[in-house]
This record gives sequence, C-alpha cells and structure tokens, in this order.
Amino acid sequence: MEFQIPSFSPAAPEITVAAIGLFMLLLVSFARRSASQITYYLTHAALLIGAGVTIFVGRDFSATVGKLYAQAPLGEFIRNIGQIALGYLGSSEPQFTFGQMYLADPLGDLLKIAVCAAVALVLVYGRRYLQDRKLESPEYYLLVLFATLGIMVLISAASLITVYVGLELLSLSSYALVAINRDSVRSTEAAMKYFVLGALASGLLLYGMSMVYGATQSLGLVDVGLALVDPQTANRTVLLFGLVFLVAGIAFKLGVVPFHMWIPDVYEGAPTAVTLFIASASKLAAFAMLCRLLAFGLWGLVDHWKLMLLFVGVSSIILGNISAIAQTNLKRMLAYSGISHMGFLLLGFASTSLNGSTIAYVSALFYALSYMLTTLAGFGVMLLMSRAGFEAEDIDDLKGLNKRSSWWAGMMAIVMFSMAGIPFFLGFFAKFFVLQALWSAGHASLAVLAVAMSLIGAFYYLRIVKVMFFDEPVNLAPIEAGRGVRTVLSANVLALAVFGLFPGFLVQLCVIVIQSVQ
Amino acid sequence: MTSVPYLSLSIWIPIFGGLLTLCANSDRHAHVARAMGLFFALMGFLVTLPLYMQFDASSSAMQFVEFTSWIRGFNAHYSLGVDGISMPFVVLNSFITVIVLLAGWAVIQKKVAQYIAAFLIMSGLMNGIFAAQDGLLFYVFFEASLIPLYLAIGIWGGANRVYAAFKFFLYTLAGSLLMLLAFVYLFQHSGSFAIADWHALKLDMHSQTLIFWAFLASFAVKVPMWPVHTWLPDAHVEAPTGGSVVLAAIALKLGAYGFLRFSLPVVPDASQAMAPVMIALSLIAVIYIGFVAIVQTDMKKLVAYSSISHMGFVTLGFFIFNPLGMEGALVQMISHGFVSAAMFLCIGVLYDRMHSRQIADYGGVVNVMPKFAAFFMLFAMANAGLPATSGFVGEFWVILGAIKFNFWVGFAAASTLILGAAYTLWMYKRVMFGAVTNPNVAGLADINLREGFFLAVLALCVLAMGLYPFPINDVMHASVADLLRHVTAGKL
Repeated sequence: MEFQIPSFSPAAPEITVAAIGLFMLLLVSFARRSASQITYYLTHAALLIGAGVTIFVGRDFSATVGKLYAQAPLGEFIRNIGQIALGYLGSSEPQFTFGQMYLADPLGDLLKIAVCAAVALVLVYGRRYLQDRKLESPEYYLLVLFATLGIMVLISAASLITVYVGLELLSLSSYALVAINRDSVRSTEAAMKYFVLGALASGLLLYGMSMVYGATQSLGLVDVGLALVDPQTANRTVLLFGLVFLVAGIAFKLGVVPFHMWIPDVYEGAPTAVTLFIASASKLAAFAMLCRLLAFGLWGLVDHWKLMLLFVGVSSIILGNISAIAQTNLKRMLAYSGISHMGFLLLGFASTSLNGSTIAYVSALFYALSYMLTTLAGFGVMLLMSRAGFEAEDIDDLKGLNKRSSWWAGMMAIVMFSMAGIPFFLGFFAKFFVLQALWSAGHASLAVLAVAMSLIGAFYYLRIVKVMFFDEPVNLAPIEAGRGVRTVLSANVLALAVFGLFPGFLVQLCVIVIQSVQ
Repeated sequence: MTSVPYLSLSIWIPIFGGLLTLCANSDRHAHVARAMGLFFALMGFLVTLPLYMQFDASSSAMQFVEFTSWIRGFNAHYSLGVDGISMPFVVLNSFITVIVLLAGWAVIQKKVAQYIAAFLIMSGLMNGIFAAQDGLLFYVFFEASLIPLYLAIGIWGGANRVYAAFKFFLYTLAGSLLMLLAFVYLFQHSGSFAIADWHALKLDMHSQTLIFWAFLASFAVKVPMWPVHTWLPDAHVEAPTGGSVVLAAIALKLGAYGFLRFSLPVVPDASQAMAPVMIALSLIAVIYIGFVAIVQTDMKKLVAYSSISHMGFVTLGFFIFNPLGMEGALVQMISHGFVSAAMFLCIGVLYDRMHSRQIADYGGVVNVMPKFAAFFMLFAMANAGLPATSGFVGEFWVILGAIKFNFWVGFAAASTLILGAAYTLWMYKRVMFGAVTNPNVAGLADINLREGFFLAVLALCVLAMGLYPFPINDVMHASVADLLRHVTAGKL
C-alpha cells in the first residue's frame, strides 16, 4: 500500500493557529518579563491570522473579487461590496482531507471566522478585569488559544474521532480556565463541577460514538451517512441507542435541559472573563457539533433526533425562562437566559425534515451568531463595570446606571431589548426566523409556546432596564475603562442595532453558507 | 406623485433628531436639548403637511408610495404608503408631538434630553406604523414603539410608575406576539409580507377565525377594549403629562387602525361573523366604563376611563359595517386625538401647580384661573360631545350608523351622550366651581403664554373640526368605501 501525502491546505487555519500557539509556549518559558503582554498580542495575531487563512484558503481571490475590481467602476464595486463578499465566501467547494476525517466548507469557514472574532473580543473585554485581579498570565491566553484551536478542529471535523479530539481540546482548556483563579473557593468548586460533569458528558458522547461505529463499521461521517441509507448494514437499535448518547453529549455542551445543571454554577463561579468565553465561543462549538454529527453524519436518523431536540428545546425554553425570573445575580440570570436561548436555537434546528429544510438551518445559524454577538456585549458591559475588588455581578449593582453613565445604560438596554426579542434589534429577527422555521415545519403549537415563553423572558430583561433607568444609584463611581475597550464594546452593541435594522446581509450570509453545504 | 420621500422623512427626521438630541444629554445643556427637540418636532410636522396638501382624495389607492428591498431572503420590503385612512393620523401624530414637547418644556427638569428624545423617537416610530405597507415592517415599528413609552413612564412617571410601566409593556407585548404568529402564518401562505397581498389572499373560515382572534388579542389590548383595558388607567395615571397625551391621542389609535388595516380586510368573513361579539364588547365599553368613569376620584383616571369609553364608540363604528359608522369612527378617532390630548394637558396644567390629581383637592379654580377655566370648559364640552365641537361629529355619525344597523344598538350607544356629559361636567363642576376651600388653590397662577398657546391651538382644532369637518372626512371617503366593498365581498 502506497502512502500518499494528504493535502494540508483545508487544515491550514488550524495548523497556523497551532504553530503560533506552540511558539508562544516556547516563548513564555524564556521571556518571563512582560510575557503576559506579549502573549496577549500574539494571541490576537494568531486569531487574526487564523481567520485570514480561513478566508483565503480554498478560494480564488483574483478570479472572483479581483476580476470584479478590475472590471467594474470603483463606485459600483464599493456599492456591491457586500454581495461580492458573500459571493466570495460561497465560492469554495467542500474539501475533505486526511482520509475524509477533515473537512473545510463555507459553513465551517463562517463559524471559524465568527469564533476567532468572538475570542478576540473576549480577550479585549476581559483584559483589564484580569489585570485588576492579578489573574492575567500567559497561561490564560495560551489556554484560550488552545480552546479556540479545539473549536476550530471541531468545526472542521468529518469523523467521529476528529469531533472527539476537538471537543476534548476545548473542554480540558475550559476546565483549567474556569479554575484559573485557583485561590478562590467558588472558582475551584465551579471548575470541579464543570470537570466532573463534563467528563461524564464526554464519556456519554464517546459511548454513543462507539455504538455508531459498531452499527456502521465506520468512523467517517460521510461513511456513517452512507451506511445509514443502506438498510442491510445498519443495525437500527444500536444506532438509536448511540444517537441518544450523542444527543446527550451535544446537549451538555450546549447547556440545555436536562444537561444544564452546570451552567449557572460555572457561569457564576468562573471569573467573568472566562464566563464570557464559555458563553460565547463555546456555544458556537456546540452548534458546530450539531451540524457535523446530526445534520451531516446521522442525517438518516433525522426523524429520531428531531424529536429529541424538540423535546430538549422546549424544556430548556420553559425551565430557562422561568428560573431566570428568580435570579438576583446577573451572571446566573444570563446563564438561565442562555439556556432558554439555546432552546430556541434547537427548536429552529429541529424544524428540519428528511428532504432538507434551508430555513431550519438558516434560522439556527442566525440564532447562534446573533446570540454570540448579544452575549458578548452583555458580559462586556458587566466586565466594564467591575473594578478592582468589586464584581459587578448582582442585578442591584446596575442600579441607577443611567445617572452614572447614560451611554452605558443605553448600551446595556439595547442588549437587554435584543435578548428579549424586541425590534429593531438583532434578537428579534433571530426569534422571528425560528418561529418561521417552526411554523413551516408544522409545529404551530410549539411556536405558540415559544412566544408565550418569550413574554416571560421579556419580564426579566425589562427588570434590568428598570433597575438601570428607574432606580436611584447606590454608588456614583464613574465608569473607567480604556478608550479602546469602550470603542470596541460600543461598536459591538451598535452592531446589534445595525443588524437589527438591516438583517438582510446576515440572512443572506447564512443562506449562502447553508446552501453551499446542503 | 412626487419624488420627495415625505413619509420616510416624517419617520426618520424625528428618530434621528431624537438621537441627535441625546448628544445634549447633560442637564446643564437642557436648553439646547429643548431647542433641538422643538426644531426636529417642527420639521417632522412640516414634512407631513404635503401629505395632506398633495393628497388625491378621489383615489383609494396607496399614495406617496416608497418601495425598497429590505430583507431579501424573506421577501420583506421597506414599503411605505398612506391612504385616506392612515394619512390623517400621520399628520395628527406629528402635530401632537410638537404640542407634547411644548407641554413638557418647563415641567421636565431631569434627564431633559432623554425625555425629548423618547418622544421624538416615538413619534417617528408611530408614523412608521401608520405608513408601513409591509407586515414585518409594521410589526417592527409596532413593537419598537413600546420601548420609548416604557422608558417615559418609568423615568418621569408618578409614584407607582414601575408597576404601570411593566403592566403597559407586558400587556401590549402579549397581544402583539400573537399577532406576530398570525403574520408568520400569513407569510407562509402568501409567500409575501406585503399587506396588499394579504388582503387578496384567500383563506378558509377556520383559519380566518384563528387569525381574527390573534389580531384581536393585539389590537383589543392596544385600543383598549373591555375586558383587557385595565393597563390603561394605570399607565395614564403614572405617566408624565406628555406620556398621557401621546398614549391617549396616538397610541390608542394604533389598535383601532390595526382593525381597519388588518382584521377587516385580511379576514373579512370572520370579522363579519364576530361582529356581534365586537359590538357587544364595544357597548360594554361605552356604557359600563362610562359608569366607572363617573365614580373616579382621580382626574387622570377619569379621563382615562372616558378614553376607553370613547374608543368603544370607535370599535362600534367599525363593526356595524356601514360608511356612516366607519367614517364617524375615524372622525371620532381624530377628534379624540385632539380632545383627550387637551384634557390631559389641562390636568397637567393643574398638576404642575398643585401636584395633585385628586378632584377633592380642588374646587373654585375658576376664581383664580379664569382663562384656564374657559379653555378647560371648551374641552370638557367637546369630551361630552357638545354640538359644534369635534366630539359631536363622530359620535353623531356613529349613532346614526348604529341606528341604521339596529335600533337598540344605536339606542344603547346614544347613552354615551348622557354618560359623557355626566362624568365630564360633574368633574368640571367639582374642580372649577364652588367656593375656594383649599388655601393652595387660592394661590394658583393663571396659565402663562406657553400654556395658553398650545391650549389655544388645540381649541382651534376642536372648534374647526366641529364646525366644518368636511376637509377631514373628504379624504377618507374613497378609502372607506373601498374597504367596505372589500369586506362585504368576503373571501369565501
């Protein structure tokens, strides 16, 4: 048997990020002084390069964009820049490599770019918080970078093994990140919980994978998919058993009922800068798992996993929204609201059917991206208000924010209204598309339920607005932050309003990406 | 047709003006904020005047149409237009915004820029609701308009403002979410968000009935109809004067407008089938709420209940399906916009001086505020439906239409003339006449130039409309006739 050198180019983004990460590891063991600062910038560089490589590999830049630039007048080129960018992103074909274990396609590319951007924002928002608490260390940035690498591998996974490798890289880094404040009892407790439950979930996932392997005799998701349609090879009982475990593993990562227990404790216990990472980038990883394992691999079992996801989604929306009402801690409230948001995402995703439904996947992808953007902004404002020795994590800490700083009160209000799904903000369209997906799949009663629950959700989001605008402030300390952080965070929040006014671009992006995969 | 996008201007001038006003956020620059606010409100009003001047009253088609792609993937468009039904409300709304800013000129002293911005943005959003010809666009404006009013009640409201703000927001949100589901359903079946396409869409009776209830949930809360009216008195009592004025003059009209734009034309057969229910609910609002209004001890609450009673008249006029009733109801809506705004402003004038809304705290005000008493008298009479004021025209037409429909319905509706007179004039008597018993009343100063100005402008409107309503109902004829034709034809 002749050994063939596989094509490395589909894995180029991960290879670059991994190379920079390893280089940083070497570097910090020599450069002790100001290592944090160097790693901070190097991590940003790694993310930027990773995203850049993702954009350019597998596409012919000069053939699409360059040609248009040369032919069309400049004004027209600029006017159509959005369309050109969309066309460019969708111009690549799915590419397999490493013996069909690895896959690069437009969906993965979009998710990778989104993850890189999200992690970059996490670093920007969290830096001062970490410095104030003497937590900033090269380890933090390295762990974040390796977790990001894990997510990127997960996104590109085309075999069960690759999924597992990516997931473990992400999980192990996350456990360590949660415990990064090792002197804090709360943090270590949270990390312990996260680790034990996470390890259990990984075990469940691996168990499910082994059953799928046993039933189909293959690890590659393409082969698994082919084996499913062949009625002779597939052992249905074992497959369905395996499917249940796979769904359980994914549900744990998403943090949905009944695998949601860790979410509030870990959100609360972890340093807010780490919570931000778990709440934003990790969710995209879980969404990628959904796409790869269920929609791509176990496509043939859609009728079965669909029901499971609908059940999980509905119970998450109910439990998340109702529990969030009772919270006094902002981080816990956002944790429960996150559970309900992931429920919405699942409802959108599960509105698919055997002959494929673009709207279902588009709505789920749109929801994932908009949730990421919203949650980054929400935790960003929280981080902004925390000072040395003071955690702004109770809802009461926001009291009278309008008197302290109208700008940030307005920004937080936009985030809250967006989460509540009030137009003109992004969150409204996310919910709206999910409702459309549900309705077109014939789940009208679930749509009614989702609507009723978002009314409950509106209550606790409005309460935050109430605290900020209607109550008198308890302390009048001005909000201090670097100009860079303030600009980036404001841009992030305003993006919610801009995409809320013009959701067309984002919708088209999701449609193009989903259609290129189907 | 002109090429100037008057409708877009009437929406976005106030909104961007409001955002710009926020730049003068510090209360040290309050005068800058006030000047900017007034400027943008006036600009917003001026651009709506051509809507009336250049309106072609002989046509029932949408005019001043604007159409651009909005969300390509979902076939939603930025599509604006007005017909004879919606055009007067755009003008009314922009006009009321100017009055509201004048009314809050000296009264609001904290977070001035935010106050002005809230009302400007609300004005733009409400113009958007009346002008939107795309279901999704309508919904987006409809729900977004909750935010500024929620903040206005919560920040500048009375003692129990938080409760009122939440009740207002959640009540209306609950209704509009059901409407959203109906919109999703209509989109699935027609493949389009254009309201005109929904008008043409064939629907069977079962789905019509469900959609009718979904719409009703949203619009009945907004109107508000009995028994989902309870948020309104709370919101009115706690809201600052400007909030009450916008709530009564414009926000309540949104629900009624929704019936005309959605319920009647999209589900005509269900509307006709449900008409008895709607007429019964409207009559309950007119009579029962009228009695409730009589026993109120709080002036704002009294006017709030009288608003519900008057809006019952409007829904009654819609669901008797004849031109007299419908045009009467529309005239009543506009008249109520002026009269209720004026009533709340009058109460605001008193409240600013005495900081009390209790009728019992007053008495003999006429002795110290004669000019004010004259204005207040006129508006009270208009509220009671005295001939030669705008309040009379609409009520009279609706009663005529109702008698044509069924004598006893008309008979019951006519009781409003007695009830309206009873609660309004009795309140007027207790507040204004009699001997001065409260020493604070004795020291009251009469209205100043600013207050006199906006009251006089409103008084002119009320009288002009009462004496010569032709210019207003002329623009409605064609659209109302067309709508009634469409409803009578049905979809089955």
